[in-house]
Amino acid sequence: MKKKLPEKYGFLFVIFLFWLVLTLLSRAGMLTSHFSSLLVPMTYYAIAAVALNLCVGILGELSIGHAGFMCIGAFSSAIFSLLTRQILPGGVRFFLAFVVGILFAALFGFLIGIPVLRLKGDYLAIVTLAFGEIIKNILQAVYLGVDADGVHIALNMTDFRLSPDGITLIKGAQGVSGTPRDSSFTVAVIVLLLSLIIVQNLIDSRDGRAIMSIRDNRIAAEATGIHVTHYKMLAFTISAAIAGAAGVLFSHNVTTMTNISNYFGYNASIMLLVYVVLGGIGNIRGSVVAAMILYLLPEMMRGLNRYRMLIYAIVLILMMLFNWAPALVALRKKLWQRIRDRRPAVGKEA
Amino acid sequence: MALLSIDHLSISFGGLSAVYNFEMELEKGELHGLIGPNGAGKTTVFNLLTGVYRPDEGIIRLDGTDITGHAPAQISGEGVARTFQNIRLFKALSVIDNVKVGLHARFPYGTLAGVLRLPSYRRMEKEIDDKAMEILEVFDLGDKRDVLSSNLPYGAQRKLEIARAMATDPKLLLLDEPAAGMNPGETGELMDTIRSIRDRFDLTILLIEHDMKLVSGICERLTVLNFGQILAHGETRQVLNDPEVIKAYLGD
Repeated sequence: MKKKLPEKYGFLFVIFLFWLVLTLLSRAGMLTSHFSSLLVPMTYYAIAAVALNLCVGILGELSIGHAGFMCIGAFSSAIFSLLTRQILPGGVRFFLAFVVGILFAALFGFLIGIPVLRLKGDYLAIVTLAFGEIIKNILQAVYLGVDADGVHIALNMTDFRLSPDGITLIKGAQGVSGTPRDSSFTVAVIVLLLSLIIVQNLIDSRDGRAIMSIRDNRIAAEATGIHVTHYKMLAFTISAAIAGAAGVLFSHNVTTMTNISNYFGYNASIMLLVYVVLGGIGNIRGSVVAAMILYLLPEMMRGLNRYRMLIYAIVLILMMLFNWAPALVALRKKLWQRIRDRRPAVGKEA
Repeated sequence: MALLSIDHLSISFGGLSAVYNFEMELEKGELHGLIGPNGAGKTTVFNLLTGVYRPDEGIIRLDGTDITGHAPAQISGEGVARTFQNIRLFKALSVIDNVKVGLHARFPYGTLAGVLRLPSYRRMEKEIDDKAMEILEVFDLGDKRDVLSSNLPYGAQRKLEIARAMATDPKLLLLDEPAAGMNPGETGELMDTIRSIRDRFDLTILLIEHDMKLVSGICERLTVLNFGQILAHGETRQVLNDPEVIKAYLGD
């Protein structure tokens, strides 16, 4: 048990260093504005990938609707921030926005988990896919606002009778606008670190063992006294909540949240799944690294417009080989063994 | 009073009667064998006892308490543990973590305590670790604690499954073909293990087995199932010499 500690916390330290270097570079004016604008998204995708890995890798349930939970976190927190913009000071408001976004995502995770976690395999994938699409489509169609008369909600412009002094919260396909830009790289990294601590501590506890035992053999887990439904719900809800936190960072990083199909649709869910698979299913740290590399890569190559997706595809294949090809896995183990033999103090590979 | 008493237990699947009118009384500390040809319904009896299936009829009493129709996890808490015919370990977990899952219900602490690493987490995990090691030592698996369970040799996997079952602190242990796939040497060792855990933990054991050497070597009494019904039961030697039983196994 003791042996795992340095490795686990070592990774948190690496992220901290990464943050420090990038922040210093940014302060010194050495980062292009394009690159700086990528830092927050890179981090919230890493958070979402950690959340999805908890569901796919640790609980062993394939979800292809996780962008839907991000979407819920994003919208609920954006609405909260719009409503309290005039009342609360920035820091408190942003903190509460996280609470709201996380709670709503967790609530939906819980409610959707009730029917969904009774399904297995393909069925689960299809239902989570449908859920993600439904959330996105509803939020794209709905008009929501408040004025002195109360809350107005409608599905088209003509039915939406908000008095001019009211606050428009969601304006159909035009989305949400006017959300304060509270997200910063620092806050995003703090949320990432917290998510990692929560997920890694969860895995390395009594509950984590119960969750993984269900993944490995459900029937044996039940016979060993594990309440399967309870732990499935727990893992799924926590996973949804963390994805919700990523959504809060998303909505507070843009002033206008529009064209949401690109960010929360099917493609986004698949992209998260790609991060998880390439980082290694069940490997939480791998998800962070994969999400960061795979998010930054296509963005950095915008200049190479024509070859961008070609290179991206090659990188995907290389990463997959690196992770799964038996020869490479053996080589990695051998190298690791050699390092360990030289420095016996280093912790064991998990 | 009998530790386990089963009355009129029946279940059928789509008109096919898998187990019919099954009865059994196990005394505390007994080592009882459940035998019969393939497809006789032996594993179905285990699945009924552990809550995997809900019986159509009948009552199962453990230590006087009615446990009929309870959910598997609940029955585990009530004191019935089992192993499986085809080994079902938690493959991606280490040897010790498999046993720790077995200790799950006995050393509870909250999710929050685990995530926030509260003192109760540290205290309980220490106890869990000590207890798990103690159990592994009984099964000579102590030196394998950090090995991935799927990397264990076959015989050791069987032993680990029993160790995991023992971690739940059962009153009744159900072993489903524990010697399947073992060589005679391993079987001999297994017989010693089964006897020693019965004595050491004051356990009642019901086992399904085809290996007659093991059955006649350690079982005190036998129940023979054929086509879902009891064909014979009683003292081991007497049952094994019963012409009806020989006929069921070998044909006319």
